[in-house]
Amino acid sequence: MADGLTIAVLSGKGGTGKTLVSVNLAAVAGDATYLDCDVEEPNGHLFLKPTPISEETITIGKPVVDQSLCDGCKICSDACAFKALAVIKGSLLIFSEICHSCGLCYHLCPQGALTEVQQSIGVLKTGERGALAVHSAVMNIGEPSGVPLIKELGKRRGGAITIIDSPPGSGCLVHETIAHADFCLLVAEPTRFGEQNLALVHELVTLMGKPAALVLNKTIGGLNPSEAYARANNLPIIASIPWDEKLGRLTSDGELAVEKDEHYRFLFTTLLERIKEEVRHA
Amino acid sequence: MRRLLILSGKGGTGKTTVASTFIALSGVQAWADCDVDAPNLHLVSGSFTTSEQRDYHDLPKAVIDPLRCTACNRCHEVCRFDAITVGATYTVDPIACEGCTFCLHVCPEGAITMEESKAGDLFLHTRGDQTFSTATLLMGSGTTGKLVTAVKDQLKGSGAPLAILDGSPGIGCPVIASLTGATLALMVAEPSMSGLADLKRVIASARVLQVPTAVVVNKADVNREKCEAIEAYCLREEIPFLGTIPYDGSVVELLNRGENLSRSESPAAVAIKTIWERTNALLETL
Repeated sequence: MADGLTIAVLSGKGGTGKTLVSVNLAAVAGDATYLDCDVEEPNGHLFLKPTPISEETITIGKPVVDQSLCDGCKICSDACAFKALAVIKGSLLIFSEICHSCGLCYHLCPQGALTEVQQSIGVLKTGERGALAVHSAVMNIGEPSGVPLIKELGKRRGGAITIIDSPPGSGCLVHETIAHADFCLLVAEPTRFGEQNLALVHELVTLMGKPAALVLNKTIGGLNPSEAYARANNLPIIASIPWDEKLGRLTSDGELAVEKDEHYRFLFTTLLERIKEEVRHA
Repeated sequence: MRRLLILSGKGGTGKTTVASTFIALSGVQAWADCDVDAPNLHLVSGSFTTSEQRDYHDLPKAVIDPLRCTACNRCHEVCRFDAITVGATYTVDPIACEGCTFCLHVCPEGAITMEESKAGDLFLHTRGDQTFSTATLLMGSGTTGKLVTAVKDQLKGSGAPLAILDGSPGIGCPVIASLTGATLALMVAEPSMSGLADLKRVIASARVLQVPTAVVVNKADVNREKCEAIEAYCLREEIPFLGTIPYDGSVVELLNRGENLSRSESPAAVAIKTIWERTNALLETL
C-alpha cells in the first residue's frame, strides 16, 4: 500500500486527453509512479519511453477437468452463475472465456475432478525514467476482462505521487481503477459528446466517494458544454488547455510537451500543485 | 441481418461522427449505439415517434442479513472479488460483487441471499421504418459485454437488411460483444503513434473473431507522416484503406448543435460521403 497521493486521470469519453495529461503530470512529478491502467490500449510508454527493468506474465486461474474423475453430476454446471460449465452427453465442457475465476466449482465438486490452472491474460512491464517508475500492463488480444491486470497494477503504487492513466468509459475497468485513487482528475473536451460522458464519469466518482476536479482540454472559445456542466454541478475546473496545433503535433509524434515547451512545463507543474491543494481541502 | 460496425481501438478518433453520417447518408433502417459505457449516438440521431424502455438486469448480487450474520469470516475467505466488507456484521459491496454465489454456498448461517439488480436501461426508438437501439449502464454496474449483446438483439425484430453499429473504444468484452457476428468492422484511426498502436490491437481482435476489417484515417492532416504510416501498414496487411478525413473545425460546431454532418458541405462531410460509397461497395463484396 502506498503512503503517497494517488491521482486517477479519467474522462468517460475516449480521446479527450487522459494520456496527454497523465504522462505530462508524471514527467514533472519527480519521485513518482505512473500506472497505465488502459490495459486494452496502453499508450503511456510511447511518450515516457521508460528504460525496461522487468516483465511479468499475469495469470488467472481457470478450471480444468480430469474426465476420468468427473461423473457428470452437474453440481458445478448448475451452480456456475456465468454458465461457463456445461455437461453435454455426460461429459463436462468448460468455456474458459466466460469464466470469472470465482473458484466455486472446485469447492463444490464432490469428485475432486476440477483443478485450477493458471492462464496468461497479459504482461505487466516495469521500467524507469529517472526518478519516475513506469508500470504498464498489456492485456492479451481476445481476453474479455483486464480487471485482474488493473488489480495487479494497483499494487505498484509508490513514491510521493502515483498518476493513474485510466481506461475510457465508466464500466468495470474504470471502477477498479478508481478504487485505487485518492483523487480523480477528469479531462473533458468542449463537445456535447464530451459533456455527456463527463456527466457519467462524474456520477461514478461521486458514487464512489472520491474528490474530483476537471481539466478542460482542446478549448476553442465560444460554447463549451463540458464547462457549463462543471459550473452547474459544483465540479471545480482547475486547468484549461487551449486547442493548439503544435501540442497536437507533439502528442501525435509521441513527444512529451513538458520537455519540448516551457509553457507546457509551467502548465503541468502548476496543475500538479493545484491538485495537491484540492486534495488538502477535500 | 448484415452488420457494419464502426470501431477504433483508441477513443475519440471520430467513430460516432462517422457512424452518424453513414446512418443519414445510407438511409439504413436499423442502427445501434454499442458504446454503452459512454453512449453519444442519440445526440445526433434526431427525434423519434415512439420510444420503449426496458430494464436490463445483471446477475443477482449477494446480500447479507445482519440479523443472521455471526461474522464467522467464511464469505470473506472465499470471495475473490474483494466484495465482502468486514465489520461487526459483514456487508457486500454491490459494485465489487460479480454474483458468483460462492459466499452463499459457504455461509453456515444461511444469512446470504441473492437479490436481483438492475444494471442498465435498454431503449428502442422508432420513426417510420427506422429503428435505433441504445442503452445506458447504471453506474456501478460492470457487465457491459452482455448489455452490448442485448442492444444488438433489440434490432433483430426490425427486419432491416443492414444495421450500422457504433462501437466502443478498447478491445475488451464490449468490443468482443459488438464484433461477434459483424459483417465488416470499419476502423476509424487517428494519425498518431497511439492511434497506430491501438489500431493494430483492435485489428488483431477482429481477426480472432474472423471479422473482415477496413480502415479510414480521421483528422489526417494533423500528422501526414503518421497517416502515411497507417496507410502503409494497411497495404502490408492487405486491409482495405478507404480514405482520409481532414481536420475540420466546423465538425465540433455542427455536432454541438446536434446536427448531422450528412447535410453539410464541409470538407470532413464531403470526405465521409466518399468513404461511405467505398464502404458500401466493399460491403457488397462480403
